[in-house]
Amino acid sequence: MNLLEIQDLSVSFRMYGRGLEQTDLQVISGLHLAVRPGEIVAIAGSSGSGKSLLASAILGILPGNAAVYGQMLYKGEELTPQRQQRLRGSEIALVPQSVAYLDPLMKVGPQTGGPAEKRRSLFKRFGLPTQTEQLYPFQLSGGMARRVLVSTALITDAKLIIADEPTPGMSLDQALEALRLFREMADEGKAVLLITHDIDLAFEFADRVAVFYAGTTVETAPASDFKTGPEALRHPYSKALWRALPQNGFTPIEGFQPYAGSLPKGCLFAPRCPYKTEQCIKEVPPVQEVRGGEVRCYHGT
Amino acid sequence: MRGAGKRLACIFLGYGVKILSLLLAVSLLSFVLVTASPVDPVQQYILGLGTAVSPEQRAQLEAYWGVGQPPAQRYIGWLSRLLQGDLGQSALYRRPVADIIGERFQNSLALMLCAWVLSGLTGFGLGCVMGLYRDKWPDKILKKVCYILSSVPTFWLGLVFLLVFSVWLKWFPIGFSGPIGVQSSQVTWGQKLYHLILPAFTLSLMSFANIALHTRQKLVDVLNSEYVLFARARGEQDWALLRRHGLRNILLPALTLQFASFAELFGGSVMAENVFSYPGLGSAAAAAGLNSDVPLLLGVTLFSALFVCTGNLIANLLYGIVDPQIQEVAP
Repeated sequence: MNLLEIQDLSVSFRMYGRGLEQTDLQVISGLHLAVRPGEIVAIAGSSGSGKSLLASAILGILPGNAAVYGQMLYKGEELTPQRQQRLRGSEIALVPQSVAYLDPLMKVGPQTGGPAEKRRSLFKRFGLPTQTEQLYPFQLSGGMARRVLVSTALITDAKLIIADEPTPGMSLDQALEALRLFREMADEGKAVLLITHDIDLAFEFADRVAVFYAGTTVETAPASDFKTGPEALRHPYSKALWRALPQNGFTPIEGFQPYAGSLPKGCLFAPRCPYKTEQCIKEVPPVQEVRGGEVRCYHGT
Repeated sequence: MRGAGKRLACIFLGYGVKILSLLLAVSLLSFVLVTASPVDPVQQYILGLGTAVSPEQRAQLEAYWGVGQPPAQRYIGWLSRLLQGDLGQSALYRRPVADIIGERFQNSLALMLCAWVLSGLTGFGLGCVMGLYRDKWPDKILKKVCYILSSVPTFWLGLVFLLVFSVWLKWFPIGFSGPIGVQSSQVTWGQKLYHLILPAFTLSLMSFANIALHTRQKLVDVLNSEYVLFARARGEQDWALLRRHGLRNILLPALTLQFASFAELFGGSVMAENVFSYPGLGSAAAAAGLNSDVPLLLGVTLFSALFVCTGNLIANLLYGIVDPQIQEVAP
């Protein structure tokens, strides 16, 4: 059974223009995602594709002017705001993006929380000196801060860990150690949602990869497919993403990701897609199962 | 610990030099202003005596005031006597200026301290409420109250309070620091406090809006911060969250503002003390100004500069204690 299941999730922000004018800015549209216990699902996609907002939506900490539509199930039950409040911090833990997420006037130890022994052993595994507990966030180096942030999630008994860009700023060794820890967590039966820019590392440690584009998942595929190459992938965007990686030719494609507020009517990738047809421009393609993966494309192969 | 002591000594030495140079500048400026003014201190002093003086006595006074000497020489003479602790004789009260300031300051200190604590606590508390209920009705109402209070002059507010609470309702005395007809040595603490309430309340209303509005904005910033978002992501909520992350982060600007408000407090006390006929330093300053009592005026000027400086010094030192980020960076 899925630990977390998201169906047709949309998030929009109500913006107030001049006078009484208001517009709804859609930032996530028709998103599908499932995370099973024991697996790491990596979320890859460029900046502004709605990755971090998804994390906030699952935790129920979106700003007050956000509206959420669609369905989110945790352990098969609807994630209501009350349930989110109860679960966050205990069953669902977040690894935030930067040191700005730590209270600047509170020492690291009490802020990390958890029992002292567990904290010390975690810090030790990460190569953080014991006196790190006595430091204030501004005294941490970038890499130390990342490791502290990861510790805040690993110290809980959360079943689902949402890591929002946990590795930038770490050395390769530290990043590998962090991902190994996530792997261990997953192997213990927990689930990890890994939002990342370090796509190579994600391919290495994740079980499945969800590709984000303009606020939706265009493809969810086993990580091994990404290692095989574009021929194993299903969505034109995933293929383009693969080819754009430095080691795979560094080939960019024309155009840019559409902004929230000026989304195309049909398939969100259609304006840049080499395979687009009439149908793609008119209608949003449904999610289809193709070769053990999910793809939102009429021409997915 | 020795390192810390040394650091503290350095800080105090630095501030000492700054305060001394500031006082020197204030003394020079006020001396220049008095010299340029049409006030004749000798004449004022003689007027204050109320009796005729012989030409010899007048010559003696003129020698004391340095009439006929160049201004620079007079300034140096005044300054050297100042350094010996001699602030001169008040023409108005016929007593040494230092004594008057000492006595009046005690009254003012009680008044300002009460107003200061009251405005600090209520300002901070209401600021927190406004920040928590941002853009809801408690915030909207309190914000308007704050705007009104910070635009209303203190002396006018004092007059209104006198009218309402003293004249109509007769809850409070109409002025002074003790009951009329009782010797000042006979006035009890209770009576002193009773006479203090209304002026202190008036004075506190002047600076409380400032603290409240600043605290509100700071709390709004903190509640929108990423670390509060993360705290919420970890299941913290409501008052526990505010206590753990909010208060610490908004206390610092509030404290700074509170200690930096010494200048306004002193300025306000001049108004409040005059309206309530309260015998403090502020009313002495006003009386000295109105009666061209040069020695007293100069004395009060220097003293108030010292007072405001001390407030800022305390704020600076507190920063180092409360904010670890500054503690580490400070020399």
